[in-house]
Amino acid sequence: MSVVTVQLGQCGNQVGQQLFDVISSDAQDGQRKTYSSVSWERFFRQTSQGDFEARAVLVDMEPKVINHSMNRAAKSGRWRYAEASHFSQKQGSGNNWANGYRVLGPRHRDAVEELVRREVEHCDALAGFIPMMSVAGGTGSGVGTFVTQCLRDVYPSSFVLNHLTWPYGTGEVIVQNYNSVLTLAHLYQLSDALLVHENDAVHRICSQQLNLKQISFGDINRVIAHQLAGVLQPALTPDSCGAYSGNPLGELVSALACHPEYKLLSACSIPQMASASIAFSTFSWPALLKHLRQMLIANTKMEEGIDWQVRPPPASASRTSSLTAGGFNASLANLLILRGKDVYSAETGGFEDPAIYTSWLPPAEALSLWKSPVPFDKYEKSATLVSNSQALLRPLDDMVRKAWNMFASRAYIHQYVKFGISEEDFLDSFTSLEQVISSYAQLQC
Amino acid sequence: MTQSVVVQVGQCGNQVGCRFWDLALREHAHVNKRGLYDEALSSFFRNAVLIDMEEGVVNGILQGPLREVFDSTQLLTDVSGSGNNWAVGHLTYGSAYREAIVNKLRKAAEHCDCLQCFFLIHSMGGGTGSGLGTRVLSLLEEEFPDVCRIVTAMYPSAEDDVITSPYNSVLAMRELTEHADCVLPVENQSLVDIVNKISVMSHGAKPGSVLRKDSTVTSGQGSLSPTEKPFDAMNNIVANLLLNITSSARFEGSLNMDLNEIAMNLVPFPRLHYLVPSLTPLYTLADVNIPTRRLDQMFSDAFSKDHQLIRADPKRSLYLACALMVRGNVQVSDLRRNIERLRPSLPFVSWNQEGWKTGLCSVPPVGHSHSLLALANNTCVKPTFMELRDRFTKLYRKKAHLHHYLDVDGMEQSIFSESLSSLSELIDEYHQLDATKARLIPDAPRLSIAR
Repeated sequence: MSVVTVQLGQCGNQVGQQLFDVISSDAQDGQRKTYSSVSWERFFRQTSQGDFEARAVLVDMEPKVINHSMNRAAKSGRWRYAEASHFSQKQGSGNNWANGYRVLGPRHRDAVEELVRREVEHCDALAGFIPMMSVAGGTGSGVGTFVTQCLRDVYPSSFVLNHLTWPYGTGEVIVQNYNSVLTLAHLYQLSDALLVHENDAVHRICSQQLNLKQISFGDINRVIAHQLAGVLQPALTPDSCGAYSGNPLGELVSALACHPEYKLLSACSIPQMASASIAFSTFSWPALLKHLRQMLIANTKMEEGIDWQVRPPPASASRTSSLTAGGFNASLANLLILRGKDVYSAETGGFEDPAIYTSWLPPAEALSLWKSPVPFDKYEKSATLVSNSQALLRPLDDMVRKAWNMFASRAYIHQYVKFGISEEDFLDSFTSLEQVISSYAQLQC
Repeated sequence: MTQSVVVQVGQCGNQVGCRFWDLALREHAHVNKRGLYDEALSSFFRNAVLIDMEEGVVNGILQGPLREVFDSTQLLTDVSGSGNNWAVGHLTYGSAYREAIVNKLRKAAEHCDCLQCFFLIHSMGGGTGSGLGTRVLSLLEEEFPDVCRIVTAMYPSAEDDVITSPYNSVLAMRELTEHADCVLPVENQSLVDIVNKISVMSHGAKPGSVLRKDSTVTSGQGSLSPTEKPFDAMNNIVANLLLNITSSARFEGSLNMDLNEIAMNLVPFPRLHYLVPSLTPLYTLADVNIPTRRLDQMFSDAFSKDHQLIRADPKRSLYLACALMVRGNVQVSDLRRNIERLRPSLPFVSWNQEGWKTGLCSVPPVGHSHSLLALANNTCVKPTFMELRDRFTKLYRKKAHLHHYLDVDGMEQSIFSESLSSLSELIDEYHQLDATKARLIPDAPRLSIAR
């Protein structure tokens, strides 16, 4: 089954290009034919000349980034974007969610839906959609929300998994918190699940784990692409009966997003190292899984500097609903994906420990395990963990707090009102997110 | 590709404008030579409209190296000038040439595939730039309400030669407050100081480092006398401001910053749209050979009072918002490191504690490896405006020169008093925000969810 990716705005188009790059490289290297052919089929289609074209629709309100991504793709020699799969305008959204959602999205709806329709027609079987976007700007966030709504309307029975990039806390865009709040509140109703990467966390991976001295957005996006590919590349699932799953998005969503109040997913992978070091390292599943489990419960995204002191509170202790008391990150559900050598002998009991989960789901239902015997992205053994946990609670709360403070002074509101978003709309979005925050905070009760 | 239309009004506006076109063409010619993908050359600079009520400057342009760039349909001139009288510029010429101006603007706009922004360049102290310039501003709002209007306004210093410059400036300011989306105020004295600093830097540099042959530091008319203002060099700085502000729209980068994003992020309340510019490193503003300094120094300088284009110290006032546009070989980690480093020393308003708008453009200015443009919405403009108001009131109280204005058809005393009120209200708004500076503002109480 095939996945159609919709790349929205600068971030969506930059990360998307990196994602296809990682996937195609991994598919090409893969020593198992079935793995490779499933991977190619899932994300690419072959032209009559044998070239691989990504199953992607590129959308932006200005042309520079799309042009750049298409050029970079073509340079890879392995794959490219189809000539006619992109839509751009001449002038951006001005970092204004209201402009993106109320004006530009509707204005260009037909053109974008047509591109999506064509891409869907090329799929023998559609596994679902992955809109990729940032939440801070105007196009990814505003137009992206509108496009997600269109996907929902036109393909009501397809899975929609949004990949979201959250901006640095100390700002890339001054109104980023407003744009984020509006986006998240709306997507919560529209999307099946939201898989989030935070620039701050990925930046730390680059500097402390990968030891990069100068970090560019290219580096950041490469890490995101690696983690995302680790989730999306073929795997054997409990439901797939010995073959690579044909329904990756559906199975991911049902494994993790079983309750409409809990849709925030984050990813974590191990090992993460500079590619030059990989050849010289040896990995063992016990070590990898032990670290990964601690990364989950201590809410850190890297092996470097793990806090081994963080423990799940003892069952007898009365649990408070303060935000992640004691630094412990409670999970609602986890999806553990193991790839590479000796996967079948990997011991995953640590992830079945009831103490790390909230009390109202039995661990047997809370943990899902996928495996692939094929080494991924040059790592002999690697694991990716997708969790529905409190990991995003603090960043979300910070985002809402800052947006609320700004809203209290009504700063910048006139810029949104100008394009049809009222104070009421803002209040509705704030209310929705306070609900989400409250739900996640309760996971420890 | 978006286009902008540059409207240059008056002597100062036209001199700065031409400097800008010159630099821009050089920049694109340089980039093209390297074979980089460049759609921008033909489309961005599609249009300028040159307006002056005297012929001297515009004629000079038509005889100079830029004569290929402009054609006569883009020009509007008269012969007698405005006599340093805002009312003559705004009302007399404003009415007489209204239709002609609108036609030329429409023509320029029609040439554009996608018109994003009008750049208006004029001085505040004279008659044409300040009077007719602000009339053009309101015409732009009438005819093209959805297109962003960014005004680069040259404010006179206290020692200005034109006696009535306070009148002209305050009358013009009201128009800017009401009709512009963003104003980039620039003070002559700051420009002079910066030019002098560059001069000192280049003379203090190692022997053998020479002012480049086509250096813009020396005036076009031969050697500088000590009392003469280095206008060429000063205009160069302002031209660089425009060049940098538009760089992200013209070239690619990993984090683009479009013109409409500038207005969106830096203007929290409609009237508070005065953005103090600073350009660093200084040596990028003149063709001097100075070895590249440390990158971090460039960021520090952007916030120092010596590098602002108005006489103000932003660190001692309150930041409402700040944008950093970086050009050249600078990565997001350099940007973040410097923001983290400098942030503790910069007072930001309580509801925008981490409010930064950042942009990374990969193409540096010609001949340099990197540069930084900072635009600050900061209450440090308040002293500048208060001084302006004081100079105005000194004259107004004595009714000095008032009759020159009131004699003009359509001009009334109420326009003076209304402009003064507008300025006072503006100062007051900044004052209210300043008052929050010392106070510790608690977080606004959050919505509570019933469970």
